Amino acid sequence: MFNDQVGKVSNKVKNVVERGAVKKFAEAIGDLHPIYFDEETGRNSRYQNNIAPPTFPRTFDYGVIEGLNLPNKGLIHGEQTFHYQRPLVVGEEILCCSEVKRYFEKKGNFGEMGFLIIENFGEDAAGNMVFSSTSTVVISEAVRKVLTK
Amino acid sequence: MSTLTQLKLGESVQEIQLEPVSRIDLIKYAGASGDFNPIHTIDEEAKRAGLPGIIAHGMWTMGNLAKLFTPYYEEGFVKDYSIRFKGMVFLNDVITLKATLKEVNEPSLRFEVKALNQNGNEVLKGEVLFTCY
Repeated sequence: MFNDQVGKVSNKVKNVVERGAVKKFAEAIGDLHPIYFDEETGRNSRYQNNIAPPTFPRTFDYGVIEGLNLPNKGLIHGEQTFHYQRPLVVGEEILCCSEVKRYFEKKGNFGEMGFLIIENFGEDAAGNMVFSSTSTVVISEAVRKVLTK
Repeated sequence: MSTLTQLKLGESVQEIQLEPVSRIDLIKYAGASGDFNPIHTIDEEAKRAGLPGIIAHGMWTMGNLAKLFTPYYEEGFVKDYSIRFKGMVFLNDVITLKATLKEVNEPSLRFEVKALNQNGNEVLKGEVLFTCY
């Protein structure tokens, strides 16, 4: 039922790797290493600045994919990947967007499950890809029935 | 601190055991990540979704797991990080984070990573490809 969404891309949205947001995020995952928030540690590092934790892109806005209506309940996060060219640096601007990559259905323990794979992208101001990530969202038969009503 | 490149195949980085999962942990993660799905913070909503109680965001555990590699930021960076969410994490669960070196393919080190609960069940499992400078 999501097959017709495959290939759709969102608008690009400018995100900033905000110093305060990085610190809050590092605290929330209990990763209180000074490389994420102490300015001197950042300055003295090979990055000459603070960096962000690998899962920080979870906080970014990836724009809207027109016509993709996912329920905000009943979805299961099945898999997640991140791919980096380099760590994200505090203060930089990242242009983000997202794409519907794949959709397939498979018989599972809870009936016919739908698997929707969304890929997210982030590029720097120079247009270089910094990271991409994929999320596999599992949609149960029960939830899909509600959606098609 | 020992360096990642000194590890031999089959050896692990120092594992980390987290404090029991608390509601405030998940409220903090909701705020920091912007994921306000109420099954992670509000009991009634979790029960309505058929769960015995609130569960941790999968991304909270995945975020925690990555900190095994943070101390090595001068040596390299996490190039690839892939995870399967295998089991739910409930309040008061005690999660242990592990990373074992599986392959050396210079300049990259491939680790198997996992998060286990207090019963030894894998709640998260995947791989980290750490690329050295």
